[in-house]
Amino acid sequence: MEKVDNYGLSYQETKTDKEKSKTYHIDKFQKPKARTMLKIENLHAKVEDNDILKGLNIEVKAGEVHAIMGPNGAGKSTFASVVAGNENYEVTEGSITLEGEDLTELDPDERAHKGVFLSFQYPVEIPGVSVTNFIKTAINAKRKAQGLEDMPAAEMLKKIKEKSALLEIKRDFLSRSLNEGFSGGEKKRNEIFQMAMLEPKLAILDETDSGLDIDALRIVANGVNKLKSDDNAVVVITHYQRLLDYIVPDYVHVLADGKIVKSGGKELALELEEKGYDWIVK
Amino acid sequence: MSLQDKLAAAFQENSTNAAVQNHKKEAFNAFAQQGFPTTKDEEWKYTSLRNVLKNEYGIAPAKTADVSAKSIQPYLVSGVDSYKLIFVDGVFQETLSDESDEFSVQLLSKAIEDSKNNEIFKQQYNSLAKGVSSLSDLNTAFAQEGVLIQVAKSKVVSKPIEILYLASGESSALLLQPRNLILIAENAQAKFIERHQSLTDIATFNNVVTEVFVGKNAIFDLYKIQNDKENASLVDATLVAQEKDTVASVFTFSFGGKLTRNNLSFFQNGTGCESNLNGVTILEGDQLVDNHTLVAHKSPDCTSNETYKGIYGGKATGVFNGKVIVDQIAQRINAYQQNDSVLLSDTATINSKPQLEIFADDVKCSHGCTIGQLDKSALFYMQQRGIPPKEAQALLMFAFCADAVEDIKIPALKQKINTMVADKLGVSMDFDEIE
Ligand SMILES: Nc1ncnc2c1ncn2[C@@H]1O[C@H](COP(=O)(O)OP(=O)(O)O)[C@@H](O)[C@H]1O
Ligand SMILES: [Mg+2]
Repeated sequence: MEKVDNYGLSYQETKTDKEKSKTYHIDKFQKPKARTMLKIENLHAKVEDNDILKGLNIEVKAGEVHAIMGPNGAGKSTFASVVAGNENYEVTEGSITLEGEDLTELDPDERAHKGVFLSFQYPVEIPGVSVTNFIKTAINAKRKAQGLEDMPAAEMLKKIKEKSALLEIKRDFLSRSLNEGFSGGEKKRNEIFQMAMLEPKLAILDETDSGLDIDALRIVANGVNKLKSDDNAVVVITHYQRLLDYIVPDYVHVLADGKIVKSGGKELALELEEKGYDWIVK
Repeated sequence: MSLQDKLAAAFQENSTNAAVQNHKKEAFNAFAQQGFPTTKDEEWKYTSLRNVLKNEYGIAPAKTADVSAKSIQPYLVSGVDSYKLIFVDGVFQETLSDESDEFSVQLLSKAIEDSKNNEIFKQQYNSLAKGVSSLSDLNTAFAQEGVLIQVAKSKVVSKPIEILYLASGESSALLLQPRNLILIAENAQAKFIERHQSLTDIATFNNVVTEVFVGKNAIFDLYKIQNDKENASLVDATLVAQEKDTVASVFTFSFGGKLTRNNLSFFQNGTGCESNLNGVTILEGDQLVDNHTLVAHKSPDCTSNETYKGIYGGKATGVFNGKVIVDQIAQRINAYQQNDSVLLSDTATINSKPQLEIFADDVKCSHGCTIGQLDKSALFYMQQRGIPPKEAQALLMFAFCADAVEDIKIPALKQKINTMVADKLGVSMDFDEIE
């Protein structure tokens, strides 16, 4: 007789006179249901009295890659900022949860400690603070929040070496002031380097592909793909289908006028590339 | 009785040294005529002494409190092996101080009476400070105590000389007027750390004059640490005369005190001089720091570098007045001046004024002044990476000050200043790692 156990797996129950045993059929092994990482319901947000997000819904599960596309000014960066907790934006309605935990009342640093990472469309220049010291400070701030000691120097060094190699970042680059005088491409690569160092649960990449030549795009995409696992999720915001050849999405959403107006598989990106947004957004 | 009247009543013409006696008399007359500066004076427009002068100051402290070596420890730079010279209420503390054969120290009162110093008191003493302001004249008239320090020709003093002026006022407010004369002979080198510090919450008013003469090819460094109690005020005049091929640097770190006025003047009397002036000010509450600097380029082929950084919160006030004079003969001068301020609140103010008077034609003079607020987008960026707001702010501010701190030549002092900056910014960060 086929039954389902507490873990959702089916098994055959056989009874003998004296004992009961379970025989699992491996071919029927079901993948446990992926848990939800990010869940946003009916999100409304405004900036300086302008309503930007007007009822946005999205659910991203562990192991998934979602792409958000949409016309300029649709609210894509606003979405990213709101999830990261930027105080310039006021959430007027709706909820944001990460692994079931409400984020809306948390400060940006607290959200980061929970695993939210935003690769900025326009990374900010921080003169006088080197890339290395910045990332060290960030990592140890997170560890402190988790009640851990600072990461031992040797371990930190090893990690920096490994991740900078992954993104083909040179040593002298790491001692430069953060983003100061970096080219557009260097800034974006540096964002993904930081992501690799911080190993977030949810990474939102806001136009990380813009300003990248094809080689840099490959390096960045490779970096993102290496970090992808069944235990985290990635949301890529992009204008161009090109990036999605390298970071292949499970779902593609169209954001227009503050809402998701259409969702589909990766083929939707191709369709958008071909036809533009006008056929969806009137 | 106003403080000025009280001073007039207390004035005595009592010096045994004729030259000094003359200076005293002249200086007292000048002060009596002008009185304390008011905000009507252009040079004191933003800095009012009114509240400071309201206190009932004792002019000559009745008795010096006993101060233990332990109680002064927090005010010395830990980790720096230094020659210590300790004063309490204007009185030299022999038991707390160090002796050295690397340089000579004489108490001013003794030095004045020592006939072998006659030339010094005729030539150098008060030659820079005379008539500079009514307050430096007041100091000359009443000069209480201080040191004559001489570093002999070609002598490189191996450790910093750390001078600590303590005020131990227990019952009544104190007016203290130390007077120093520092002579660095040809080819010699010496570093100084100087601090004025109250041990109690009683009001103190320090009116200090230090004259420095730097001989040919000599190197002079002075680090001023100003982090006094909230009832303590300081008006300081430090005047540095440089001969040919000298390097003179004065660093001013102002983190506390009620009112601090730094009058810092450099006179480049020979060719090939370099003058460095760095300052970091971090204030809150209703504190005021006024940095009035003067670089007098009087000879050709010299440079000056001036970097002042200020962070002002609460109702704090900053004043920066950077005067650079380039005489007609002072060709091929390179004068750099930068004053950057950050205002952390709407009620903090900074008055920043470069004042360039250039009479030579082949010169490079640059000056810049920026006033900003904390970069909010940078703060969000850092917070997004998990750095809490306070630490993020401190990291930004620390980076902001870095230019003015990095040239400190004494590693332990640099560490101390970094710790003080972190402390002022309200974080316990190990900036050591944050180069
Ligand atoms: N700080 C702000 N102040 C005022 N308007 C803003 C601000 N940020 C974004 N907006 C407006 O919100 C809308 C959405 O912007 P954004 O989220 O950057 O769009 P996208 O990233 O999709 O191009 C735009 O109309 C933009 O002008
Ligand atoms: Mg955008």
